[in-house]
Amino acid sequence: MTANVSLLKLSKSFNSVAALKEVSLEIDAGEFIVLLGPSGCGKSTLLSIIGGFLSASSGKVLIGGKDMTSVPPSIRPTTTMFQDYALFPHMSLRDNVAFGLRMRKVGRKERNQKADTFLDMVGLKASANRKPHELSGGQRQRVALARALSVNPDLLLLDEPLGALDMKLRRQMQDELKAIQKEIGTTFIHVTHDQEEAMAIADRIVVMNQGVIEGLGKPSDIYMRPQSLFSAGFMGEVNLINGIVTTVNGQQCNIKTQIGSFNLSPDAFVNSDPQVGHEVTLCIRPEQISTGSNDASKLTTLSQAKVVSSAFFGTHFRCLLAPDFAPEFRLIAHLPQSSEITQGSVVNLVIDSANVTALPSA
Amino acid sequence: MYSRLSNIFCGTYFIAIYGFIFLPVAVLVLYSFQDGSLPIPPFNGVTFKWYAAVFADTKLMSALGNSLIVAVFSSIIACLLGFCAAYGLSRYRLPGSAFQRVLITAPMTVSYLIIALGLLVLFNWMGIRLSLWTVGVGHVVINLPLCFAIIYASMGDHQKNIERAARDLGANNFQVMLLITAPMLMPSILAALFLSITFSWDEFIISFLLSRFDVTLPVEIWSLLRSGLNPKTNAIGSLVFLLSVGLLIILEIFVFRQRSPK
Amino acid sequence: MSMDSDHSSVRKAWYFVTPAIAWTIAFFVIPFAFMVSVSLASRVGRQIVYSWDLNNYIDFFSKSYYLKGLFVSLEITVLVTIISTLLAYPLAWIIAERVPKKWQRIALIMAILPFWTSYVVRSYSWLLVLSTNGVINNSLLQIGIISEPLPLANTTTATVIGFVHFFVMLLTLTIYSNLIQLSPNYKRASADLGANAFQTFWHVILPLTLPGIMVGAFLTFVLCIGDYITPQILGGNNELTLPQIIMMQLGRRADIPTAAALSIILMGVVTVAYLFCLRWLKMERA
Repeated sequence: MTANVSLLKLSKSFNSVAALKEVSLEIDAGEFIVLLGPSGCGKSTLLSIIGGFLSASSGKVLIGGKDMTSVPPSIRPTTTMFQDYALFPHMSLRDNVAFGLRMRKVGRKERNQKADTFLDMVGLKASANRKPHELSGGQRQRVALARALSVNPDLLLLDEPLGALDMKLRRQMQDELKAIQKEIGTTFIHVTHDQEEAMAIADRIVVMNQGVIEGLGKPSDIYMRPQSLFSAGFMGEVNLINGIVTTVNGQQCNIKTQIGSFNLSPDAFVNSDPQVGHEVTLCIRPEQISTGSNDASKLTTLSQAKVVSSAFFGTHFRCLLAPDFAPEFRLIAHLPQSSEITQGSVVNLVIDSANVTALPSA
Repeated sequence: MYSRLSNIFCGTYFIAIYGFIFLPVAVLVLYSFQDGSLPIPPFNGVTFKWYAAVFADTKLMSALGNSLIVAVFSSIIACLLGFCAAYGLSRYRLPGSAFQRVLITAPMTVSYLIIALGLLVLFNWMGIRLSLWTVGVGHVVINLPLCFAIIYASMGDHQKNIERAARDLGANNFQVMLLITAPMLMPSILAALFLSITFSWDEFIISFLLSRFDVTLPVEIWSLLRSGLNPKTNAIGSLVFLLSVGLLIILEIFVFRQRSPK
Repeated sequence: MSMDSDHSSVRKAWYFVTPAIAWTIAFFVIPFAFMVSVSLASRVGRQIVYSWDLNNYIDFFSKSYYLKGLFVSLEITVLVTIISTLLAYPLAWIIAERVPKKWQRIALIMAILPFWTSYVVRSYSWLLVLSTNGVINNSLLQIGIISEPLPLANTTTATVIGFVHFFVMLLTLTIYSNLIQLSPNYKRASADLGANAFQTFWHVILPLTLPGIMVGAFLTFVLCIGDYITPQILGGNNELTLPQIIMMQLGRRADIPTAAALSIILMGVVTVAYLFCLRWLKMERA
């Protein structure tokens, strides 16, 4: 089953360190939400509070409209997939998955059948009689998922479950998690520090830092229009360039920076309206920099730049450019696979300013 | 978070068991201050005369000294042998190393009575007289496996790399062992030493069977007991206990607190 | 592999290992061999005559005195093991689960503090409590519940109490360290799936700690069955344990052959218990 979640002004302090500061969040039923942030940002704390393993210092947790703030985990309509899987080592896979049903007094035959169905869903029905220690990490993870879903929770909480897997397995599991979630429709809340993972699976991402939410929205929104400098930096590589707003008129604002002037539309200004004299920081993604192009109207040609270094990353060249206007400055650019870049060459510096974001300077 | 009833159960059980555990020791300490000829109820008045008697009893005091000497020396030997063996077996690939490890740790699995008997027969046959030396030998036998096991368990791969680096920089094997390995493993070595001293200090059956005239403290206390209830026994027992507790408190404050800052 | 195995290194390695091996062979293996051979001898007059027969062992099975000693030892040991485990587990559990984290170490140390009295003195201290003019009898007499002192000391019961006192402390320590090594996520997962506290304990915690309990129980068994001190101080003269009988052979009659044979039989019993435990642990694994 599924339910919506309301988190109202949740705060949590440990000894005198505030792990969460009045965090509020609304999650729709059936959404796949990812809590994203570096270690210590409070995402795991938040997850533990939602699951009932920690109590908040203040604030409320509502699941399906009901106040669950002081309800213990065994009664809450949530289940958790733990980082170390926590499969019961002395029980077979089937008994592990059937455990929740057993606690709900379901008869042996029925619960074993249901357990097998869930194991089948994750592709491990054939191993139902084995013990967890006989499986690989990826397989144990699937059993943990089957076990968590076996009791039909409204809300599934995932605590960095893919951290211990290698890249290929991780991608595979990400796809599977997404597919399973779409199929059963339960609300998933997933914690991770890997922004690529977040973008791969989330319907919406919640970017957290030091106990507060710094960004909230669809992956594309957060990436293209980050709501804070932290968010911008966390979601991927970004060039942060300080500037001052020189003119504002209707559809265009002009910002003067040390590497050149930009004309941006007011949409580029997240968090505030553009005003003359404001100090802003422009966020330019590496892929928004190119060396010359076809559609000149959308682009801003700044100056020329010297290629200081470049490395081939398979899908692109990651280059460090030193713009003529500010030779000590380094811009990170992702140039196309087909470019012919040599170190020391001078290229045009062209920026796709339609997607540049301007944030108030910190 | 927990039901009131379960808290009451737990609390009651906790106190009851602690009471059981401390009962005899509390009685021991209490009656060591007893002013009366018998170290049993009723409790008359506080006196230190039994402690004075203990300190005046030369046999007891020399037994205490003997215990200390045997414990420290046998433990040092056991630790040295154990450290070297652990070093050799973990750093070098020797034929039959698994067998050697089993051999060195074997005495841990055998009752002290049997070890003592075996040594008794051996010394008898060799014509060696029983003394504190023979007790010391026995104590090394029981403590060597322990020292070896503790130190061997803490010789891991990451230390091998540090030793390699030292060798790389020109140290020979002996220097590596003395200047690098030993200091790195100091916590385990000290733990092994401490445990050995504790076991040796309190050990009875080997000390009893393998000594003759000079005895260790447990054996001397045993003779005291053989002659009936004696208030000096309470005093020496309490003394040993209170000293050990004191040592433990000092260790706790200076050693363990430093190790894990809260 | 990351070990050095060229020739000069191997020779050096032998220097390190040989002392310990030599000591073990000289003072453990050889004495043990001596003991086995002496057990095949008999004491004739003041001499030990090597008759190389199993007389001593046959004597063990034929003389009810010796057999009884073994049975008394087994009876006491099994009783002590069961009682100590049943008493220690709840205490260990309370310290691990109910006592706040920062007080746990102190609570544990307090629970095993009497370890630091000498073993001899600790057993003796129960005499102060149990004897006819000891604490219990005196208090009961004074309150008036009884009119004559109860014969508590110098009985098998006193021996059991003395043993249980020691092993409750030992087992609390071992079971506690077992409990805190369990990942807290097991409890969380169990609760998450709907189990109440008792169900979590019964289905998850208890089975996971069972191997550790088994190891502790085995240790208790071995230490208890081979102990001479506690039965000698507290047990009186009626039901002697096997170690006591062995010591008697040594003391009064200096009958080393018999003592050796009896000790080997005792070791045999311990080995049987060891194999049983091993098999049980293997079954648990599989």
